[in-house]
Amino acid sequence: MKLTRREFIKHSAAAATAAAAGLPPDALGQNIVTERLLTQLKWDKAPCRFCGVGCGVNVGVKDGQVVATHGDINAEVNRGINCVKGYFLSKIMYGADRLTEPLLRQTNGQYDKNGELQPVSWERAFDVMAEQFKKALKDKGPTAVGMFGSGQWTVWEGYAASKLYKAGFRSNNIDPNARHCMASAVAGFMRTFGMDEPMGCYDDIEQTDAFVLWGANMAEMHPILWTRVTDRRLSAPHVEVAVLSVFEHRCYDLADFTMTFRPQTDLAIMNYIANHIIRSGKVNREFVNRNTRFVLGNADIGYGLRPEHPLQQAKNVGDPGGGKPMSFDEYAAFVAKYDLDSVAKLSNVPKERLERLAELYADPAKSVVSYFTMGFNQHTRGTWCSHLLYNVHLLTGKISAPGNGPFSLTGQPSACGTAREVGTFSHRLPADMVVTKPEHRAIAEKIWKLPPGTIPDKPGFHAVLQNRMLKDGKLNAYWVMCNNNMQAAPNIMQEAWPGYRNPQNFVVVSDAYPTVTTLAADLVLPTAMWVEKEGAYGNAERRTQFWHQLVKAPGQARSDLWQLVEFSKRFRVDEVWPKELVDQAPQWRDKTLFDLLFRNGAVDRFPKTDLARGYLNDELDAFGFYLQKGLFEEYAEFGRGHGHDLAPFDTYHEVRGLRWPVVNGKETRWRYREGYDPYVKAGQGVYFYGNPDGKAVIYALPYEPAAEEPDKEFPYWLCTGRVLEHWHSGSMTRRVPELYRAVPNAVCYMHPEDARKLGVRRGDEIEIVSRRGAMKTRVETRGRDKPPPGLVFVPWFDASQLINKVTLDATCPISLQTDFKKCAVNIRRV
Amino acid sequence: MRSPSPVARRHRPSRPGSSLPAGALLAALARVAALAVALAAASGVALAQRAVPADLPGHYDRMRGTTPIPEEATPPPLTNPDNSDVRRSRAYAMQPPVVPHKIEGYQLDRNANRCMFCHARTRTEQSQAPMISVTHFQDRDGNHLAELSPRRYFCLQCHVPQAAVTPLVENRFTDVETMLRRSGSPSVPRSAPRQAAPQSPGPR
Repeated sequence: MKLTRREFIKHSAAAATAAAAGLPPDALGQNIVTERLLTQLKWDKAPCRFCGVGCGVNVGVKDGQVVATHGDINAEVNRGINCVKGYFLSKIMYGADRLTEPLLRQTNGQYDKNGELQPVSWERAFDVMAEQFKKALKDKGPTAVGMFGSGQWTVWEGYAASKLYKAGFRSNNIDPNARHCMASAVAGFMRTFGMDEPMGCYDDIEQTDAFVLWGANMAEMHPILWTRVTDRRLSAPHVEVAVLSVFEHRCYDLADFTMTFRPQTDLAIMNYIANHIIRSGKVNREFVNRNTRFVLGNADIGYGLRPEHPLQQAKNVGDPGGGKPMSFDEYAAFVAKYDLDSVAKLSNVPKERLERLAELYADPAKSVVSYFTMGFNQHTRGTWCSHLLYNVHLLTGKISAPGNGPFSLTGQPSACGTAREVGTFSHRLPADMVVTKPEHRAIAEKIWKLPPGTIPDKPGFHAVLQNRMLKDGKLNAYWVMCNNNMQAAPNIMQEAWPGYRNPQNFVVVSDAYPTVTTLAADLVLPTAMWVEKEGAYGNAERRTQFWHQLVKAPGQARSDLWQLVEFSKRFRVDEVWPKELVDQAPQWRDKTLFDLLFRNGAVDRFPKTDLARGYLNDELDAFGFYLQKGLFEEYAEFGRGHGHDLAPFDTYHEVRGLRWPVVNGKETRWRYREGYDPYVKAGQGVYFYGNPDGKAVIYALPYEPAAEEPDKEFPYWLCTGRVLEHWHSGSMTRRVPELYRAVPNAVCYMHPEDARKLGVRRGDEIEIVSRRGAMKTRVETRGRDKPPPGLVFVPWFDASQLINKVTLDATCPISLQTDFKKCAVNIRRV
Repeated sequence: MRSPSPVARRHRPSRPGSSLPAGALLAALARVAALAVALAAASGVALAQRAVPADLPGHYDRMRGTTPIPEEATPPPLTNPDNSDVRRSRAYAMQPPVVPHKIEGYQLDRNANRCMFCHARTRTEQSQAPMISVTHFQDRDGNHLAELSPRRYFCLQCHVPQAAVTPLVENRFTDVETMLRRSGSPSVPRSAPRQAAPQSPGPR
């Protein structure tokens, strides 16, 4: 039985009358509030909290709470649209189980690694934490302390953390989760162009003739860029979209042609394209001669596993990034073996599609943008993937021009702004500098007002190595901030879990919500998130975006920035520095790391009154100066005049982001090209000024097999990744009811033929087993992802189904980024 | 294979505006009453002041449940999306509405958009489905087009179906109307806002 609309209205009127009973009589006649004072919302801008696209969001606040969010029509990136996650940003801060007090493992009121997590004060939390850090420093020195940070840190949080570790503790054991995310893109950009990050920008989308997706499921992972790609493809009929992947996904719905290739053979496909360009005489000779040089890269470089692993006995394991110069002809001979027949056979891609793809790149009349993300980056030859793609663009000169170029998409909101530009990696310093170069260390020491020799000259432990060193008892005081690495790291059961629970180690985790990582921690610090603090993110197109603190964090939750800076007060310089170094800077002897790093006359130079009127700033209240502004302006010194110019702090609060380098108030859309990039002089045309000779490097690199390929015992490829509705480990999005109900749990996407062979049906419980671990999930044969026979896809957002118990901790030996896309598994019905 | 079915009409009654199943309506009203009680109880305790909830013994992650990290629980069964066709109120005016019906097998690619069979402006009289928002006719520069803007072509980027599952943890996002009511102004009526909650799966 159904109600008619009239009956519904009658019902509602009755209900309203009942509800209104007892109200003052003047309210009875009105069911809509119109009084302006009551209905007004305070609107502000902020970038989205999730992926690297960097959409602008308008945030509506009333009575100290966020009550609405929507796409900012004035934001260049998204012009008024958000994806479903972005639209629900207003709910991410309000999960009922927000952490509001520090929690310490205790028994009978004493810290005990095997105790229960119990509420303690910040004072006590930092007391215990400082004691543990000092013990590790005293017993083993700076290499025994470390930090795992984040591409979700604000710019100043990453900068403060980096400074605290590299200058304060003198430990390079700080690495961001961005290592899992785009380290291969960084290595590729640095080695080919001498400078990180894409040369182009999102404006390419509206100007190009063709899109090629290499291991990038933009429809789900970068939805708003996908709306722009869709807009371009559907509104300009001549435009083509080509999609390459190891399984069919939503991007195939827009594609003009698709290529589902055998995992790892993307290396061969790209060499085939280069070969095709050369054979068909389509090399842009003038561009190549003027702007490139050729290098034969070392092959047989191992797989980034533990040194004793048989695969690490490779020839060039000691020099994975090495190489020697070669000529164009030698390069042509190198790629000649990647002919159409053999590559079609190896990759399982039909010849005509390979040819069509190659011709797309070769045709001088067509502009092409190539997008790549985790399919490329999370690859044991991830750095090579970047190089081989750059080769194709460089051979044809389709680069650094509107509508043309390779473009690395990022998964986190500030993977570029914080992890890459600030240099929170174990080998990096701000503005593309590295700890291994004395001249770079000297620049950092000068800006940071430190005595020479403060910053250690060896790279610290990178992400995967940190878990190994925890397990081996060499990294003992460890701080995890703004990430969920017990869920995100590969091979959890053999490395991360035993590492965190190693009795020798003290593990601190800062987060807004309980996660499997806080569950594995010894001390949990409650953390403010997103618009509960003032922040800055840098998106994938070099756009730096700011936001103000708009609401207060719950309970005693504090920002990562406050935590880092406040903790630095617990250490006297002469407690952490050796005598020889202190003697060089005796003025700091009795001072704290807080004085040294943050009360250094630079970071503390902006007064409270600089804060724009009407905004909160909890750090300003706590420290008495405009900490964010001081950190940003000190940091910006690294890049100004060196190709990484940032605008003044206050400007960013006014604009919807600016793409660096920002010179004379103007942003840069296409780098390395005269007329667009202020660093390229008149007459230079294209100039890759990141390298001293101004030339980009074309690397000759071969196809090599994956670290672990399916065999009799483990006959399936396992690929992991994300879904549209959840972001990363789901600690925010699974607490939003609408997003949780859209996709409640992970599943195993599988080809129906494989399901039949395994004797399972859609919805059946299965166990996925590798040489390292097992997890349980359910079969999905009709879902949005459609793998070919022999490959399964499992997303990792679900804390109740930890797929990373199964994955392999093999990395690209150059970028040290994990390959989460390939390992061998068996599947059995439970 | 995705179905290219040209059938525009779902299991709709023929008369306009007669789509609410009575059971769903009554259930919804009952929920509103229950919710009002819950809200009244919670409203006195500001989020900022609350202690670690006492019902978190040993402090666990509700996203995982009580299963220790080294162990693996039996995964919950697959869910079917709500198919009741009952519209939900939105959490705020700009929220994209969720999809209150199943969409399995819908063709949504560059050749066809099954959603628009019912939700296109010209189809809504026949289908009685809500018309796509006027924002969906605007291009990137804000100009109104004659048809759906291609930037809004893939509906599922914003509009998602809902399974009838209970959230793992309560979300204390406060509806702005609740705040208006809290303001105590005599010009604010005291009727509770309807909260979105999916129905159990309808006939499949």
